[in-house]
Amino acid sequence: MTLTITSLYGLLGAALVGLGLYGLLVQPHPLRKILAFNVMGGGLFLVFDVVARRGAAAWFPADPVPQAFVITAIMMALAGTALAVAIMLRLFAETGRVTLRPEPPASSDGQGGDS
Amino acid sequence: MSPVMAAPEGLLLVLAIFGPVLGIPLLLVLGGRQAERIGLVLLALGLGVAIAIATTVIRRGDALEYVLGGWAPPLGVLLRADGLSIVMLATTAVVIGAAGLYARSDFGVPRGMPETRAPLVFWTLLLTVWAGLNAVFLASDLFTLFVALELLTLGAVPLVSLSGRAEALTAALRYLLFSLLGSALFLLGVALLYGSYGTLDIALLAERVRVEPATQLAAALMTVGLLTKTALFPLHIWLPAAHAGAPAAASALISGLVVKGSFVLIIRVWVDALPGVATPMAAQLLAALGAAAILVGSALALRQARLKMLIAYSTVAQVGYLFLAFPLASATQLGTAAWTGGILQAVSHALAKASMCLAAGLITKAIGHDRILDMGSIGRVMPTTVFAFGLAGFTLMGLPPSGGFVAKWLLLRAAIEGAQWWWVLVIVSGGLLTGGYLFRVLSRALAQSDEPPGLRSPLDRRGERLVLGLALLSIGVGLVPLASLSIVHIGRGL
Repeated sequence: MTLTITSLYGLLGAALVGLGLYGLLVQPHPLRKILAFNVMGGGLFLVFDVVARRGAAAWFPADPVPQAFVITAIMMALAGTALAVAIMLRLFAETGRVTLRPEPPASSDGQGGDS
Repeated sequence: MSPVMAAPEGLLLVLAIFGPVLGIPLLLVLGGRQAERIGLVLLALGLGVAIAIATTVIRRGDALEYVLGGWAPPLGVLLRADGLSIVMLATTAVVIGAAGLYARSDFGVPRGMPETRAPLVFWTLLLTVWAGLNAVFLASDLFTLFVALELLTLGAVPLVSLSGRAEALTAALRYLLFSLLGSALFLLGVALLYGSYGTLDIALLAERVRVEPATQLAAALMTVGLLTKTALFPLHIWLPAAHAGAPAAASALISGLVVKGSFVLIIRVWVDALPGVATPMAAQLLAALGAAAILVGSALALRQARLKMLIAYSTVAQVGYLFLAFPLASATQLGTAAWTGGILQAVSHALAKASMCLAAGLITKAIGHDRILDMGSIGRVMPTTVFAFGLAGFTLMGLPPSGGFVAKWLLLRAAIEGAQWWWVLVIVSGGLLTGGYLFRVLSRALAQSDEPPGLRSPLDRRGERLVLGLALLSIGVGLVPLASLSIVHIGRGL
């Protein structure tokens, strides 16, 4: 079987999702995590588009339903990203640094959970 | 699925979602001074709508459906209220109502004072969370469910950061990142399912689904994504910190309701949309995580110095019970009993935990801190609150007569009849550990010798009555005759 352009895009989408997932889990800085989430999102949207192309009925260039999903999902990703960046900026304004580590003398007895 | 009759009562489903949504622009136009009034009116109306939906579904003995705009699925959006929906809708209306009433003292705008931003933001977020939850309970296709879940997250995260303190902001950011990861995984599963079956409608999926690698992968991705949002061990690490900085009313919402939204979605995926895809091994694994949550969460709760953190770790533990239903439901004759137990646990925990979170808020407000060790004999100054805390504890421990007792008893019975004795050990030892950490609080609160702590502010009598009411409801759920609990299975083909 030869590699069609659709499968190529599918593989690309999968690779982006993997890359984003890796970044989201491994990168310590919140901004990098947010960017990684967006890379993952990009891969996801590509997967949806591949699904649309593969599922297209005859004489249709693509199935419109997944494309509608993608538009909504992009909106959701945008809202999530905007909220994350807003909280991050507020955190920077509040403390002068941006980290997910709890403050050293946390008011709990150290069981606050550590990511 | 049969073509849908446009029952006039179906409009109630639309109202359940769009009531709170329409309230939000109203809040923005009329401003924070009116926020409380609008919010409380909507809460009262919403409770009425939830009760009306519940009575309609029970009277019909079948699910209530409404097709938005007359566009039938798979293209259109179908709202569907079955037994599971009505129970969760009613619980949500009650808990949100209580949180809203409680918040009047925290987020009210006193007469003659300049208006602050907090009340407007709080009420907007409360309505967002409520709309998100109702949409999660009523949507019947996976994409709408995804959107509803996102709405829920986008409402819940800012609630955590409402105080604006650094620790609350960090907790909110971590919660949001976990949630976004969960959403992305869920959406990837949705894409794979659409690619395989060309539909996301739950009923159509259930007809077409085949057990094949793509479906199993999709189910696994969706499950992990939802577990992140449900805070099941070991994906719970965002939850305690999120509680530490959140206002009491927000804690009650998150512990009581928000984590249950994604739990309901897991049921929808496993039982309704993809029946037979999950292997018995997968169900055992899910319950094993639940068991680990019960043991680890309870053990950590025992070690907490602050009441709020103890309650948060208790949520981690109680969420574990929800997942014990999965292997029990598939393995036994009493499968439906196991589901009834799981859903009842969700309901009674929502009521009891909301009561506890608000009680902790009252205590913090009254004595200025929530350190358990310095709480000596607080029961003498706040008897109602401590009594309510103890009553809610009955449900968490699973002592009769309480909702938690019936839930855990149904799970225990299913475990014994299904010859899965290991879950019996978990349920029983979880109850003991729960008793242990609650006793730590109550023994301090009821200590006789200490000088009672001085009150910083006058007691919030209305808050005390609310807390007591929620605790009594969580007990009252246990007094409902077992036969009528089968309403949770209406329209679910179980």
